[in-house]
Parts: sequence; C-alpha cells; structure tokens
Amino acid sequence: MSLLSVRDLTVSFPTSDGVVRAVRGLSFDVEAGQTLGIVGETGSGKSVSALSLLGLNPGADISGSAVFEGTELLALHQDQLRRVRGAEIAMIFQDPLSSLHPYYRVGWQICEAIRTHRRTSREEAMRQAVELLRMVSIPQPERRVFAFPHELSGGMRQRAMIAMALALRPKLLIADEPTTALDATVQAQLMELLGGMQRELGMAMIVITHDLGLVATVADTVLVMYAGRGAERADYRTIFHSPHHPYTRGLLASIPGAAGSGGRLVPIVGQPPSLIRTPSGCAFHPRCPFAMDVCVRDQPPFVPVSGGEGHLSACWLPPDAVGVDAAADAARQRYVDGRRGPAIARLRAAASGARAGGGVAHG
Amino acid sequence: MADTTAPVSPAGDEPPLTAAPVEDRPLLQVENVVKHFPIKRGIFFKRQIGSVQAVEGVSLEVCRGETLGLVGETGCGKSTLARCITRLHPLTSGRVIFDGVDISRLSARQLRTHRRRMQMIFQDPFGSLNPRRRVGSIIGDPLAIHGVADGGERKRQVQELMEVVGLNPEHYNRFPSEFSGGQRQRIGVARALALRPSLIVCDEPVSALDVSVQAQIINLLEDLQGEFNLTYVFIAHDLAVVEHVSDRVAVMYLGKIVEMGGTAELFGSPRHPYTAALLSASMVADPDKARSSHRVVLYGDVPSPINPPSGCRFHTRCPKAQPICSVEEPPLRVQAGDAAGHVTACHFPVVPGEQLVGTAPAISAAATAFAAASPEIGEEDRA
Repeated sequence: MSLLSVRDLTVSFPTSDGVVRAVRGLSFDVEAGQTLGIVGETGSGKSVSALSLLGLNPGADISGSAVFEGTELLALHQDQLRRVRGAEIAMIFQDPLSSLHPYYRVGWQICEAIRTHRRTSREEAMRQAVELLRMVSIPQPERRVFAFPHELSGGMRQRAMIAMALALRPKLLIADEPTTALDATVQAQLMELLGGMQRELGMAMIVITHDLGLVATVADTVLVMYAGRGAERADYRTIFHSPHHPYTRGLLASIPGAAGSGGRLVPIVGQPPSLIRTPSGCAFHPRCPFAMDVCVRDQPPFVPVSGGEGHLSACWLPPDAVGVDAAADAARQRYVDGRRGPAIARLRAAASGARAGGGVAHG
Repeated sequence: MADTTAPVSPAGDEPPLTAAPVEDRPLLQVENVVKHFPIKRGIFFKRQIGSVQAVEGVSLEVCRGETLGLVGETGCGKSTLARCITRLHPLTSGRVIFDGVDISRLSARQLRTHRRRMQMIFQDPFGSLNPRRRVGSIIGDPLAIHGVADGGERKRQVQELMEVVGLNPEHYNRFPSEFSGGQRQRIGVARALALRPSLIVCDEPVSALDVSVQAQIINLLEDLQGEFNLTYVFIAHDLAVVEHVSDRVAVMYLGKIVEMGGTAELFGSPRHPYTAALLSASMVADPDKARSSHRVVLYGDVPSPINPPSGCRFHTRCPKAQPICSVEEPPLRVQAGDAAGHVTACHFPVVPGEQLVGTAPAISAAATAFAAASPEIGEEDRA
C-alpha cells in the first residue's frame, strides 16, 4: 500500500473575479522511501495541492481524498492535522527567509517544533537542535543555534529549514521548490544533503518544482501537471525519453540541454491558461500542436500508455504515441491529420484572425 | 549616493582610441574595471569603514554580432559589471570603450549620444515596467527622450516594434498589468530595440519566466540578433541557457573573471576548478547525464566581497588549493593546450578528464547517528 494516496483532489478558491479552480481532479501515490517529482509551470496547481493536504489553504473549497497511512487527511480537524504536520509530514518551502520567523533565533524555532510534538525539556530540545544543525552541515552549530535567520546565508537558512523539518523524523517530506532561490553550487549541496537524509531515515519525498533538471536528478517518479490536472506520470527515464503527452514533449523541446532538444529551441506557443475560465476539453488544446476535434470537446482520462510500467497520460493520442524524436512526432501528426474537423478549424481561424487584425491596425 | 569614483574629467569629443578599421575593432572593450561600493558609518561625519569590492579589475572584449555570456553565482558582480558597462554605475577605476570611444569618464550629456546605442533588458518584467503607464508610452519613451520621433510617427514606430517582438500592436493602449510575464518581457525587449542599438546588455532576461515561455523569448532574442545585427552581453545563472545562446562565456567569482573562452571549449573542458564545480553542479534535464555525472560539490558559502580572501579568491573552497593559492593571485592567461581565446586564472588548472574531489565534512556520519538514535522519550504523546 502506498504511504500517501491522493484521489480526485479538487481545490478551488472563490474570488471576486470568479472561482479559481486551482486543482481539478488530481490523483497520485507516493510510495514509502521514494521520491515523487511534481513538475509544472506557475499556476499549474502543484503547490496548492500539497498545501491542501496539510490544511494550509484556508478559504479553499477542497474535495476528494488523501489517505496517509490509513488516515484520511482531508477529514481531519485542524488540531488533529497539527499532530500530523511536522511530525508525520514535514514541509520545506521555497523562500527560507520568509518561512523562518525573523524575530526568533534559529535554535528557538527548531526547539519549538520539537517541543510542540514531544514532551522534551528545553535543554534537551536545544541539545537536539545543535545536533540537527550539525547534521545539516552548518559549521559551528553551538553558536548558530543562537543566530537570527537574517544572520545566515540563503543556503544556511535552507539548511536550518531542513533541520527543522527533519527534527521529528517525518515519514514524508514535501519540498516545495526547495532550491529555486539558491545558486547552482548551493543547490547541489542541498540536494546531496536531502538525498543522504532520505536514505538514512527511509523517508519519502515529494519534490515540487518547475525545474526539469532537478527532477531528472532526484525523482524516482515524475508527475507533470497542467492547469490543475495530472498530464502525465511515469518513472523518471520514461518521462524524459518516451513522453506521451504533447505538453511534456513540448517542455522538453523548449529547454536548452534537455534530453529531447537539439539546435533551435521549440517553444510551446501561447500562454498558460486562466484557471477561472479553463479551456474546454483538454486544457492544453489551445497550445497543442496535435490538437484534434475530440480534444476541444472532451476531457481525456488519465490512463495507462505504452511507455512502461506505471506510465499514465491524459491525452487523446493513441497509447503508443510516445517518444521525443522526429519519427515519434511524425507518427503523432499522421494520427492527428484525419481527426481534425470544424472545431480545430474554428480554433485556427480565431488565432490567425487575432494576428491579421493586429497587422491591419498598424498598416 | 556619493561614490568613491574620481571626479569625472571633461573628456570632450575624443577621437577614436584605436586606428584599426571600424569593422575589426571590438564593439565593447572593458579594461580593468573596478567598482567598489563604500560602507559608511556615523550620522554627521560619515566615515567610510570599508567597501564592497563588487567588481575587481575585469577586462574583456565583445566583438560585433557576438553574444558574450556572463555567469556566476549571486554576489559575484555580474550585474554590477553590466551596470558599469552601460554606465548606470560610475566606475571606481578602469575604462569602458564602446565602439572606440572611452565612455567611462563622459559627462551625462556627452553620454547621452552613446546611450542610444547601448540598451539593457532587465530580469524582472514586473518591476522594470511602470505599472501606471501605457505600453505604448513605455516603449515610446526612448524615442521621446532622444527626440527621434513624435506624435503619429512615434506611434507608428512603436507599433512596428510591438509587431517585431510578437506583441499585438492593437494593445498599444493597455497597461503592463494586462500582460503575462512573457509578454511583459517582450515589452522590455521592444523598449530596448526602439533606438536601434548596437549593444544590448541582457541581465537575466529569462530567469523569471516559465520554461515554456522562456524558450519563446530566447528564440526572439536570437532572431533579433540576426535581423538587427545586435551584440549581446547575456547574464544568466542558468548555465544551460547561457550555453545555448553564447558564442563566448566568461565565468565570474567574487568580482573577478576566473575563466573565459569559447562556449564549446569552456563547457567541454573547463580549466578553472570553480567552472568545473559550477558546471557539474548544474542539473541538466537529462536523467542519464544528471545521474551518471560526477558531481563536484563545493562546501561552504561564497566569502564576503567586503573582505575577500587573499591570493586566489577561490582558494578557501577550492578542492585543488595549495599553499601558493592563498598568497599569490594567479593571472588570467592561456593555459597549456588551450586555444588562444581561452584564458584561466589558476595556478593548478583542471586537466581534461580529471575528477575533482570535494573535501566533504562528514555529513553522512552525523546523519547516520541521527537516524540510528532511538526516538526520544515522549513518543507516547502522539495521538
């Protein structure tokens, strides 16, 4: 059984502009000791879904199910959740300066985390805090426990966050863009540290990021999100070498140095969609080079495709349309050619109309 | 803000410094540029108690039509150098020669004619556009300031620029908030292009963008370079992006260039241990490369630029450091076996094929002890 099993999670926020449907039916599993990488662009719902699991999204309408070790997280009260948060499921955030309290010393904040969950004396908690800082390779931990967050560098602050998150030996660590704010060499240090701690503690991790490089380095399984839904899920090799979903394919072609790119970059056209008025059918269809009539009409199910064991994709292309090379793209194109009708024609006309209109205006 | 810069001498209309034909001359020559920011204490009598040595003697040349990539970590001085090149910061010492004219001592008025030919694109498409002004007037600003075009002619030129960068010219009267991040960066590009510059300094132009949009902007910059014969100084911390766009790359560490050379050569066989570490630390989006590669993990943080280490500034973190490194600063020179344009400042350059070994503090020992320790008393408190 999976450590964490999320089924059909939806999260929406009522706003004055309309309901923002940030997560629209997301399902995934995290196995004990494994790392799940969740990749997506700004607004794809990756952080929101993680925060919802821990009840950190006040004001959101949440439905679906998230079972962690037999407990339904979404049904827990705040005080029950408080026992889970930190002790069972810990989280580290992108920006360690805004997620550490600027008023309190780092050691005090670690002690607080420990003493909230365990009956521990102040002295004992402080001793543990020193050991934790030593463990995350902060030099002179006996002195640094008395440092304020602003006295530490970005990398050290993130280490302190990791120390705090690991203090209670959580079974699952959610890392939300853990290294985005940091330089490459510091990022490498931290991921090495996290990987080592994960092996020692047998902890599972969810790494949320927009950085495909980070995912390629640390994840066992990768979930690609688009507009609040899972677009594709596979082991890390399959995602990079035989992706099925055109969005995943497009991401790889648009990144310099990625497995499937070469020469000139091939960007995905257009912009990420609005979450208030999400496109009909498959939300990716306005940007998809392989959109068919069915894509405009119906939302594709998240079903197995032929890239390998556990490879799921939400796309109307046939299951064997996987790969990143020109032959794979040609095969996709052949399949699509006979399946484009009035809906795609309308879409094209609208797009070119916008362009032509622009040209006329200035002429 | 006061500065440590020597008073600007009235330079007048200097003749070009070099007699070489215009086409052969590098467009931009940076000679020994130093930029210190003073640190002051006191209320009435502000004493200078030190200085942040942001850029410390950087020399480089950029040829016409070329893209020079500038990489380095936070605080290495790459953005400060960019602002020195465009004279947004006055220099502490050194010279910046733009198309044969030393612009480092020109007065603001004299500078203005040269500014037309060097523009800048900034990182943050949210912070670099005035939210209360319409896009048309933002892009038209350079045209107005330099008196290039007015009225209907300005509008016509602005709309042409919008079209060139892939914006809908009908959106002339919209505000920046009505555009997405990628479109805003296009506005920034259009503004930079308005005066048909020769040089554009791009300071992290794609760092704030989503990956799918990032590629659109990179392609746009490449197309414009071909179309308008632009020269770029391209700053980014994403090494894959720099490798993709640059002809040559300069690597900075604590205010100095530690290595500079052709992109393929520098990325293929880095000679400075810092370059090697930086390259190995960057995570490529290819699982086979990402996991097989030997990662050189540097320990510790970048030292303070207020009080930089003696000798080679990298010696405190360098896996190959020897006693001489802390005493004698290595010059930037062509190392044995390298091409003429590939220079490295290191006493013990990395030999191709050599694997650097980081001096790891015992992380794993502490982690093992933590994992092995029995959970503390108080476990029964859990629900």
